[in-house]
Amino acid sequence: MNYTNCGDFKTSYKKDTEIYQSLFSKISIYSFLVFLFILPFFIDDYFLYLLNIIMIAIIGAVGLNILTGITGLISLGQGAFVGVGAYAAGYISNKFGLNFILVIPIAGFITALVGMVFGIPSLRLKGLYLSIATLAAQFILEFVFIRAESITGGVTGLSLDYANFFNIHLDNDFKFYFFALLLTIILVTAAKNIVRTKIGRAFLSIRDNYIAAEAMGINIFQYKILSFGISSFYAGVAGAMWAYYVTIITPEHFTIGVSIQYLSMIIIGGLGKILGSIFGAIFITILPEILRFVADQFTSNFPFLTQAFASIREAAFGIVIILFLLFEPEGIVRRWNLIKAYFKLWPFSY
Amino acid sequence: MEFFIQILVAGVVIGSIYAIVALGFTLIYKSTGVVNFAQGELLLVGAYICLQLTVEYKLNFVISFFVTLLFMFIFGFLVEKIFLRKMIGEPIISIIMLTIGLSSVFKSLVQLIWGTDTKTFPQIFSEEPVEIGNITISYVYIFSIISVAVFLIIFSVFFKKTKVGIAMRAVASDQQAALSMGIDVKRIFALSWAIAAVVSSVGGILIGNINGINTSLSQFGLKVFPVVILGGLDSILGAIVGGLIIGILENIAGGYIDPIIGGGAKDVFPFIFMIVILMIKPYGLFGTVEVEKV
Amino acid sequence: MANRDIILDVNKVYLNFGGILAIAGVSFKVYKGEIFSIIGPNGAGKTSILNTITGIYFPSKGKILYKGKDITKMPVHKRSTMGLVRTFQNLELFKGMTVLDNLMLSRHNFLNYGLISSIFYFGKTLKQEVIHRKRVEEVIDFLNLSSYRKKHVFELSYGIQKRVELARALCLEPELILLDEPMAGMNSEETEDMARYIIDINEEMGVTVILIEHDMNVVMDLSSRVMALDFGEKVCEGLPEEVAKDKRVISAYLGEEKWI
Repeated sequence: MNYTNCGDFKTSYKKDTEIYQSLFSKISIYSFLVFLFILPFFIDDYFLYLLNIIMIAIIGAVGLNILTGITGLISLGQGAFVGVGAYAAGYISNKFGLNFILVIPIAGFITALVGMVFGIPSLRLKGLYLSIATLAAQFILEFVFIRAESITGGVTGLSLDYANFFNIHLDNDFKFYFFALLLTIILVTAAKNIVRTKIGRAFLSIRDNYIAAEAMGINIFQYKILSFGISSFYAGVAGAMWAYYVTIITPEHFTIGVSIQYLSMIIIGGLGKILGSIFGAIFITILPEILRFVADQFTSNFPFLTQAFASIREAAFGIVIILFLLFEPEGIVRRWNLIKAYFKLWPFSY
Repeated sequence: MEFFIQILVAGVVIGSIYAIVALGFTLIYKSTGVVNFAQGELLLVGAYICLQLTVEYKLNFVISFFVTLLFMFIFGFLVEKIFLRKMIGEPIISIIMLTIGLSSVFKSLVQLIWGTDTKTFPQIFSEEPVEIGNITISYVYIFSIISVAVFLIIFSVFFKKTKVGIAMRAVASDQQAALSMGIDVKRIFALSWAIAAVVSSVGGILIGNINGINTSLSQFGLKVFPVVILGGLDSILGAIVGGLIIGILENIAGGYIDPIIGGGAKDVFPFIFMIVILMIKPYGLFGTVEVEKV
Repeated sequence: MANRDIILDVNKVYLNFGGILAIAGVSFKVYKGEIFSIIGPNGAGKTSILNTITGIYFPSKGKILYKGKDITKMPVHKRSTMGLVRTFQNLELFKGMTVLDNLMLSRHNFLNYGLISSIFYFGKTLKQEVIHRKRVEEVIDFLNLSSYRKKHVFELSYGIQKRVELARALCLEPELILLDEPMAGMNSEETEDMARYIIDINEEMGVTVILIEHDMNVVMDLSSRVMALDFGEKVCEGLPEEVAKDKRVISAYLGEEKWI
């Protein structure tokens, strides 16, 4: 799917490496970013809340996509890694009283370390065996969250203070939004840059053909571990942001169900595509809200709906995944490219 | 000592149920290459169908047991035909996700129909346990072990002697070759799902008789992973041996470690054990070692 | 001939696969600058030898010296940085990547920037990417791949894929290149092209070539020396004309009839 514009000739290799190749796409992306920064002045708290949790989900999903979509290592433990980041942030912030600007990267690095430790089995394991090992990581970490009460506070949880940015407390959706937006832009750009340079190519080569990758001089074990590390770093940052957002961390937010949600984000969005993780995160986060909205319309007539809502949401989640896999296995990102391709020549499509 | 033997007996019972559920998992993996995350939900559906027949429709337990098996056979068959058939040739992760999607649909359907409260089977076996020496074993346990054993024997005969069983083994070893020998591979795929659904529902009915049924029974589907990894993903013998080992170990962890740390070890221990096994024997006890070829 | 530098020295190598002896004590030397061909019937152990040289399998016994250094147990990924490079019999390309990315991947160990500068991209990373892109473009020009540059590998025809694989190997700047049946499955025109590329690689770039090929015309035309294998053992070794006349080779591989 490589559409080059007619008359768009590159005169240097540098030009050819750019992400946004035409002036139009550059203008659109920058104006979209500006739009995102002025958006919060016009919307209410509910939408700000949605945008905030979407951005946290985007960061986690981008991380998982690096590991699963790009390196080809299926992980069923992203939810637990998000938890490691959240608890690390809570513990460090309470214990040492550090500022969140330091705490968030530290939490990220701690999670990266944990992720790399659980990535060690990839030295010997391949494919399915490895993904089942990550399932074990999920359960072991969940166990730790509940049992290591001195650090995590067990089932009652761990609370921490709101983030403090030069005496501005990020204690509402509006203030948190700008911080989350900035971090998301930085991390997504970083991911895109990793993916389009030598490290990303090494990851892709491991996914496509690890034997050949090794023969071409890639130290596959080192890169698998690195991939676990980067992916867990993103999970850890997402977790730390979550911790500062809700300020109370409880283990039920980091279950296998969350891992599955992250997996479905990248599958529905588009495996191996950074943009796909963004679409997927938006879709999966908004889906239950839409369902809730629809259910609310009917609750007056059908009161049992409120009780059954959890099950309905669960079922809808499953059905959406199945429908996507059956009818759009390459994800939303493919649809997006088709639409873009259509409008490229619009209105004279031939 | 007595405590230990009680634990051992409970472990063997749970282990034999793990074994039969794992058998279904392995069957699907072996013949279709699909990792089934909905195994636990198949178990759940089977258990609830049987419960419905016995409690609501007042059928005799034996009759409802066999009607359930028939129902699950058709159910498994249809699941393969409607959903999995379209995924042939798709990457592993898509297929895994599909079974995860199916599992959440089944589970929530069960919740919608039967609610989330724990339900129990009517008393079928005598409450009075059997005493052998100092050890007491309830009838349900004995029934469970015997019926699992019977099913396992039936299956080994099925795979060794019958035409369909041999065809299934042929498909497992080489789909292309089986196809060119005139075996209807698609039918074999559907059949493996059907059988897997049947065996899981047997596990579900047994565990339902022991502990009662609620939707958390689907946890069994995840517990199957340590079992099949220990035995080797594609080994039927491995599923049985692995099931027993994990069942016993889990109960030992529950009996001796949980009182010290206050719970949870029983659930996590099989997974820790699994990682250790994977590091030592990456393809499990009886799994086929993949040889890299270029 | 004997006074030339030895680039590869395979010394009494054995390879076992669970009781099956795939290679039984094969020794040979490859001299710098030559095209050395290995022939033999299917299952004779040609690819197995290649795999032990490149480290996919470790030999059960014996030694392999490359440029005087013992590489018998060296990890696979370190060998390519020493200029020991291979192609595969059944295409082993990175199918989901573009041709350009496949080739840029080969420059991996030449690009010396780390994770941090890769994240910032501008500056060191960009400069290095552009420099190595130029090297890759030279290879693309050399093998006439310029119209496929941005295509994904799975879109390409078999013959082009074979050429991409050769290009990928060349981007590693090899000193010794091992080609595993580069002409297999090609039509006569493509075979001719490929033969010309191999000669160019050997003569213009000064790369030593080890060639496994079934097409006898190609082998006889290109090779400086030929080695014949059967059942994991060396049958004979020598100039192409000598090997072609060898009785054992004819009975094992070429058949009794006159084959040329």
